[in-house]
Amino acid sequence: MKIVLDNLTKRFPNRDKKIGGEITAVSHFDLEVPDGKLVGLLGPSGCGKSTALNMICGLEIPTEGKVFFGDDDVTNLPPENRGVGMVFQSYALYPHLTVRENIRFPLENLRGAAKLSKQVMNEKVEEAAKLVQISHLLERRPGEISGGQQQRVAIARALVKLPRVLLLDEPLSNLDARLRLATREEIRRIQTETGITTVFVTHDQEEAMSISDLIVLMKDGVKQQVGKSQEVYEDPANLFVAKFLGTPAINVFKGEVIDGNLWIGEENVLPVPGVKDCKVYAGIRPEGFIPDENGPFSADVIRIEVLGRDTSVVASNPCLDGETVRAIVSSDYNVPAGKSVHFSLKPKCVHLFDQESEERIRYERKDGKKL
Amino acid sequence: MSEMKTYAEIEAKTKRRKSIRTTVTYVLLVIWAFLVLFPFYWMILTSVKSYSAYNSEYIPKLYTLNPTLENYREAFTAVPLGKFFLNTLIFTVITTALMLIVSVFAAYAFARLKFPGKDLIFTMFLALMMIPIELVIITNFVTITDWNMRNSFPGLILPSVASVFFIYLLKENFEQIPEELYLAAKVDGTSDLRYLFKVMIPICRPTIITVMILKVIECWNAYVWPRLITDDQAYYLVSNGIQAIRENGFGRENIPAMMAAVVVISVPLIVLFLIFHNKIMEGVSRGGTKGL
Amino acid sequence: MNRSNSKAFLYLLPAFIFLGIFMVYPLFDVMIYSVEEGYNSASQTFRGVGLYNYSYVLRDPYFLQALKNTFILVIITVPVSTLIALLISLGLMSIPKFKDLFQTIFFLPYVTNTLAVGLVFMILFKKTPYSEGFVNLILSFFGGPSIDFIEGPYWAKMTVMCFYTIWIVLPFKILILTSALASVDPMLYKAAKIDGTSDWRIFHKITLPMISPMIFYLIITGFIGAFKAYSDEVAIFGTNLNAAGMNTIVGYVYDMLYGNSGGYPSYAAAAALILFAIVLTITVINLIVSRKNPVTQ
Repeated sequence: MKIVLDNLTKRFPNRDKKIGGEITAVSHFDLEVPDGKLVGLLGPSGCGKSTALNMICGLEIPTEGKVFFGDDDVTNLPPENRGVGMVFQSYALYPHLTVRENIRFPLENLRGAAKLSKQVMNEKVEEAAKLVQISHLLERRPGEISGGQQQRVAIARALVKLPRVLLLDEPLSNLDARLRLATREEIRRIQTETGITTVFVTHDQEEAMSISDLIVLMKDGVKQQVGKSQEVYEDPANLFVAKFLGTPAINVFKGEVIDGNLWIGEENVLPVPGVKDCKVYAGIRPEGFIPDENGPFSADVIRIEVLGRDTSVVASNPCLDGETVRAIVSSDYNVPAGKSVHFSLKPKCVHLFDQESEERIRYERKDGKKL
Repeated sequence: MSEMKTYAEIEAKTKRRKSIRTTVTYVLLVIWAFLVLFPFYWMILTSVKSYSAYNSEYIPKLYTLNPTLENYREAFTAVPLGKFFLNTLIFTVITTALMLIVSVFAAYAFARLKFPGKDLIFTMFLALMMIPIELVIITNFVTITDWNMRNSFPGLILPSVASVFFIYLLKENFEQIPEELYLAAKVDGTSDLRYLFKVMIPICRPTIITVMILKVIECWNAYVWPRLITDDQAYYLVSNGIQAIRENGFGRENIPAMMAAVVVISVPLIVLFLIFHNKIMEGVSRGGTKGL
Repeated sequence: MNRSNSKAFLYLLPAFIFLGIFMVYPLFDVMIYSVEEGYNSASQTFRGVGLYNYSYVLRDPYFLQALKNTFILVIITVPVSTLIALLISLGLMSIPKFKDLFQTIFFLPYVTNTLAVGLVFMILFKKTPYSEGFVNLILSFFGGPSIDFIEGPYWAKMTVMCFYTIWIVLPFKILILTSALASVDPMLYKAAKIDGTSDWRIFHKITLPMISPMIFYLIITGFIGAFKAYSDEVAIFGTNLNAAGMNTIVGYVYDMLYGNSGGYPSYAAAAALILFAIVLTITVINLIVSRKNPVTQ
């Protein structure tokens, strides 16, 4: 089932009555989620991603715009008629019911022709439990199982009625780091097995990038960029997207383009053909630094962090728009602290942004590809 | 969508059902609000009707065109309403203050200090909560009479001071303050008493206010014990005053004047409530649910 | 350690003194009173020890009337008031506007003097040669007969009594239930809504089990409170409750202790202990029932 959001807008009255007026949580949001794909809605807290999700599931009615499931306009349809399954951040399991009763709950709501016999219900419950691997926990109550298991129960409950669309609101944020890793793979596996179109909301870029077919970045209720994880990472539309994706974060410098060359401070670091002279933010990914004695870019080393697989050089540079420069280099590299080091830059890891609008400024690479 | 309904139909039906239900809810709430408010309206209305006007209305009127304050003058002069008022104020303030002091100290001892047999003593304490006041009031009546304290403030106040429930409530709250805080204060050489007043009481202010509110309401409405222990009008509280007015009040059946007295008695707590309604409701709800 | 001991007892001392004199000692004393036969309060002497006081009280028609009145009051007002409070709380939680206003209004009876407002109720229901009374005005508007609710037939007086009791106890119950309802995780409702759960099923399967501990609590305290009814009766029918035929058990205790028919602390003690036994039994039954109910665990 394809999901289409058309010019979706949600405004709330301001909670602070003294200020009054309205707050726009989601603004003119267009999106098409292809059938059977897993899409991650990503952004900092308060960016409107949960509101967008709530409009897809029907808990909120949009102020403007429309929601389509396939060709059906479901904009004003109450949630129970949409055929969606939802997993909440807090899981929202019924504490007084057993796991089995929790998963069976949605099935018992079916009335009339759709009503199921006890036996069919039980089969479906057990099937769903097997899918998320909690068959041995069916007779326990939510209070008696771990957070990760509760999460699976919540997913089973959302899946048991075979929804057209599965929605997950920050599904991993209540789990510890190790469990988060395992559970996100689990979610991917279940999604692939069932083929249900899935939208999930998160503020964790790593989480979104690792399992999504597509990621959607949002900021202040406005969609910033949509694309495959790698595409968005390598080709960010603006400074916000560039900063939001990637750990360690991108290094941002204040720079200037003069005669088709990028200058950071006194150093001419990279040719950027086709760019008019202007002040820019230059974003350089940590992996974009190549240690090179004759390299054009210099920085003063503060310390070296050895991470095993590779080494992180923490350094300073007067033009930096932030605390420290971080460069990821191969593990055999070693420089004492306090020393000045030189790097050459990988053009593919250098992105220019307008200092006013923070929008991307593209330039031509040597191979002719526009970056 | 197994049912053969269009989305538009489902939408319309949902909307219609919701608006019908909201309307019904509002109607029911307004009816109950009316039932709650009407007695108050009636008492104010009657209190400003003149004696003759009231008694000439065989069918009572829902309004009056000639309001008068005459009844209020009558209420204050024909019976010592002002005196009842003052008595209740004294009774309420002293009882509440004493109760707070006694309860805070006891709760502090149970919550923080270490002494042998603490658990056993506290369990016996809790068991006292089961005992209804009706059971012990008989002996208290005899005790106070023996002490020649009938028709006196000590006689009114003393048996109303101690409350196991309030001590329990405060103790629970005191215990929520981390032990580390107490230890840190000890390390700094803070005395127990100073710790109590400078740390515990400020932190637990909401609960202390709760307890205070509950006690003030209880005192203002006290009827049974004052009735047993006073028969001299000079020591009547408002409840007893009202009952006395009702039974042989203004020499004749002067209902408007009675209502004026009722208004005067009810006003202080209602005004207090309207000002602090959030605090009071929160307090009563905390106190109420803690009993679980 | 030793110093801390003595200090702890110093802190506890005031509470011990007050509770000792006015709660612990009376508790034993009242039991002694209740078995002292023919106690004379003037000379403070008694004939002997036995259960005569109990058998006297249990055969006293005034006590039996009070017992009957109290039971009727309890059986009617506890379930009715809890049910109405539940309905009102559910209503309050579901409306988008004016929730605070309604809550504040509904709570008003809690802070008013029972005796004072009781007088207003009395006047609203009373029928005198000079006036029909407001309630009768309404009854006649709907074509009903006019009734004297205050000095008329028993059932009429009981109706007023129950109505006033419910009016007085509702604010507390509404408050407790609304805060119980508000503490249910709203996510549970959202989850149920997405699954297409009908409103009745949401109430029956989620709301009710989640707030049932509070409902049980209200029922237990409601029983205890209603068994101790007294001031509300005085407010409506005056201090001579026996004459009005509207006395309660607590009223009987006080009448035996003090007033025109007073001076019999032994009978009062026996009646108070009978009341205590009844309340204790009902509370224990309630607790057993709620323990058996799995959802309240």
